[in-house]
Amino acid sequence: MSKEKFDYFIKGEKGKYEVVIGLEVHAQVLSKSKLFSGSSTKFGADPNNQVSLIDSAFPGMLPVINEECVKQAVRTGLGLNAKINNYSVFDRKNYFYADLPQGYQISQYKNPIVGEGKVLLDMPYGSKEIGIERLHLEQDAGKSIHDMDPSNTYVDLNRSGIALMEIVSKPDLRSPDEVNAYIKKLRSIMRYLGTCDGNMQEGSLRADVNVSVRKEGDKNFGTRCEIKNVNSIKFMQMAIEYEAARQVELIENGKVIDQETRLFDTKKNETRSMRSKEDAHDYRYFPDPDLLPLKLEQKLIDDLKKTLPELPDKKKERFIKEYGLNAYEANVLVSEKEISDYYEEVAKLSDKKLAATWMMGDLFAMLNDKGLDISKSPISAKHFAELVQSIKSGEISGRIAKEVFEIILETGDNPKKIIESKGLKQQSDPKELEKMINEILTKNKDKVDQYKSGKEKLFGFFVGQVMKSSGGKANPQLTNEILKKLLKG
Amino acid sequence: MADITNQSLNEIIENVKTKKVSSTDLTKAYIKNIESAKKLNAFVTTTFDQALDKAKQFDNKPNFDQLLPGIPLAVKDLFCTENTKTTAGSNILNNFIPSYESTVTKNLWNNGSFLLGKLNCDEFAMGSSNETSHYGNVINPVGDQLVPGGSSGGSSSALAADLTPATIGTDTGGSIRQPASFTGTVGLKPTYGLCSRWGIVAFASSLDQAGPMTKTIKDCAIMLESMSGFDEKDSTSINKKKEQYSKNLKDNIKGLKIGIPKEYRVDNMPKEVDELWEKGKKILKDLGAQLIDISLPHTKYALPTYYIVAPAEASSNLARYDGVRYGYRSKQGKDLIEMYEKTRSEGFGDEVKRRILIGTYVLSSGYYDAYYLKAQKVRQLIKKDFDDSFTKIDAILTPSTPSSAFKIGEKTNDPVSMYLNDIFTVPVNLAGLPALSMPAGVDKQGYPLGLQLIGKALDEQKILNIGYAFEKNCGFKNEIKKWWS
Repeated sequence: MSKEKFDYFIKGEKGKYEVVIGLEVHAQVLSKSKLFSGSSTKFGADPNNQVSLIDSAFPGMLPVINEECVKQAVRTGLGLNAKINNYSVFDRKNYFYADLPQGYQISQYKNPIVGEGKVLLDMPYGSKEIGIERLHLEQDAGKSIHDMDPSNTYVDLNRSGIALMEIVSKPDLRSPDEVNAYIKKLRSIMRYLGTCDGNMQEGSLRADVNVSVRKEGDKNFGTRCEIKNVNSIKFMQMAIEYEAARQVELIENGKVIDQETRLFDTKKNETRSMRSKEDAHDYRYFPDPDLLPLKLEQKLIDDLKKTLPELPDKKKERFIKEYGLNAYEANVLVSEKEISDYYEEVAKLSDKKLAATWMMGDLFAMLNDKGLDISKSPISAKHFAELVQSIKSGEISGRIAKEVFEIILETGDNPKKIIESKGLKQQSDPKELEKMINEILTKNKDKVDQYKSGKEKLFGFFVGQVMKSSGGKANPQLTNEILKKLLKG
Repeated sequence: MADITNQSLNEIIENVKTKKVSSTDLTKAYIKNIESAKKLNAFVTTTFDQALDKAKQFDNKPNFDQLLPGIPLAVKDLFCTENTKTTAGSNILNNFIPSYESTVTKNLWNNGSFLLGKLNCDEFAMGSSNETSHYGNVINPVGDQLVPGGSSGGSSSALAADLTPATIGTDTGGSIRQPASFTGTVGLKPTYGLCSRWGIVAFASSLDQAGPMTKTIKDCAIMLESMSGFDEKDSTSINKKKEQYSKNLKDNIKGLKIGIPKEYRVDNMPKEVDELWEKGKKILKDLGAQLIDISLPHTKYALPTYYIVAPAEASSNLARYDGVRYGYRSKQGKDLIEMYEKTRSEGFGDEVKRRILIGTYVLSSGYYDAYYLKAQKVRQLIKKDFDDSFTKIDAILTPSTPSSAFKIGEKTNDPVSMYLNDIFTVPVNLAGLPALSMPAGVDKQGYPLGLQLIGKALDEQKILNIGYAFEKNCGFKNEIKKWWS
């Protein structure tokens, strides 16, 4: 397969510009309770129903670290091939806001729990490594609701204190496509690990996007702007495209880019200045005196490492080796843990290669069509494997298989039963087929003559007639062979 | 029976146990005292009805095996008390009624005692004279013009005036020991982490520590035993076996090595303080202790270090008082920011604002390294001074304060001179060590003066023992005339 070349540049009047992107992804830790309190983290509860005295910062309340959240961060760090720091510190990030009850967010500043790591992306132009700068644990804020009342703002603290992992990438991304691949890969790794559900609709995964541009070939980075809190891949891509174009235009017009924080307006599809560097908050970070430094025993890290599941990169390698898939197929089938699990179940019971083809074709198309996750597939892996196996054994043709597929969807019956009861079994008996073909050829003597005198295109016509009279059940390969033999004679 | 309220806690407990006095009569006696002592302004809130109910409950079903059987206690208004208003001496919490009980007070109640009322204190425990309280200054029973010390001024005043048999305070830079010294009472700041901070309105988290204030060392041991203990809700709480301080109290201190730090002899210290220190050394020596000159070279940096670290933490700890969820909220302010500004301007007093400003400044970008970070480094050096000394000695003896109680209003316009009051007490908080202030004598005006015993981390028993021996041989008697009633 010939590889495409990377080609994402913003074309200005004065040349091509490369876009440099770094992401700060905020991933909600999968845990029953919050980072420093026992409150539930379940999504969708009535406002202010999952709020402890700690989350609402009552006088004298103290944070106590939730060990499970720490383990989740370590697992994630290990999944990102990152250095786990045995010593990390929780700091206070001080600022006032109505949905920040303590008046500070507990975060990690100078000493994060996870250091440098890397993520591998599969791009059409080859694989690309994206550096991870760090991962740290922090508290989420509450939610301000401005549109419930014309003159008041309501505050919901259910989210206040939920654990987030902030995963900071190096400025290694170069296009909206790479951002797409990066977020999906991160999400996939975390879902494999069970450390974040990656649900972007519910806000479990959101990102601040740092964008700068520079002339192609420049060594130095341009001035960056940070686009805050973008909560879908599509919006991230749109924001990057808009922002890169905006910056190029400024440069081309001889203007300076201000380092600032910007917001992406999803309705107008544009970024807007939120605050400049001069107005930037002084967060007055300092170590939280209510919490001791977090010291992790190497044994804990090693034990967690031992219990990590097989991650997508490893699984991909194995799929290629074990199942004879090509890189593309393997990549698609490991992208989600549930997909890979489904595939492996199917592959166990049927032809591995054919299973991959059919999953990526008809099954995915159907799921996509119905907007379903594979975990909710109306066709079980077992039934799907039977279907694949029926194709492989020649029992039914591909075309019939599509029909059977539809019937399974409707009835939920198993493929064997459908094939039997509907008489869909392929005609693979050479004698019977030859008899039928002979009849067809006799009926169409004129066409046979034309074929023999050189009009070879008519071969297709004969195949069509065979299919028609067999109700599509004639074994295509056998049909071809017999037709060729008889037409020659 | 003679007035029971001028007895020690230990004596009172004995009287309750031997049924010489009922919890109800005891409680009534204190209520009578409190009602006739309103001039002292020691109480912010009283809980008489509730106390009488609890006393009755105790009398109906007494349990004499408890450490504090049927004992009414007033506590500093910095401890959150369930269903009882908790103000921290501030306007910003003037309507705050917690739905929870601090671990320390809960421990006291679990040992058989109950709440008599909440004691006045400097606003958010920031002050050395109890003059920063929104609820007015407290008067020292020693003299009607004198401050009771601070920030636990309501506690020291109430204790010395027989309005509570014992009490508890909090000590961030001397807030237990200095008021104890000013009122001729005993005050102990335990090792950082010995008493849970859960449910105590925070001032400076890395320094705050609750401790007992009592009339005698034995009482102090009883109270410490009752209030301390590991608490998983406080991440800085020390997980160790509970000790029986009162049972293990011994007055034999023969052979103990007492360090005398030369850096605690400061300029302009009144002669009487120096003489008192000499007297203390002699008593301990006569009891068989060995005096050893030591040096704590970084002592002179303790006060400036403290006045960076404590305000820095306070500026952040007090950010939660924003009028959004509880406490005072200004009715003015057209948007969120203005609401914050008005609420905090009207809710906090001047000293609190001063410390929030200092704290915000020292943490600000561009100043952090020069102030906060440097202060943290110096703090380590101060701690190391103590650690080094404690390889050679058992405890350290110093004066508690550089002077006796001063007059109301004398230092209110001079914050630095006010801060200097804590010069002997703050190093201990910075190092997280236990220290005891015990009454040792009076100055020429007849005002009490205290001496401080500093121990190794978790060496409370040892300094209590030294204090116990000292007390027996010191001959100090707190002669307070009840001029207010």
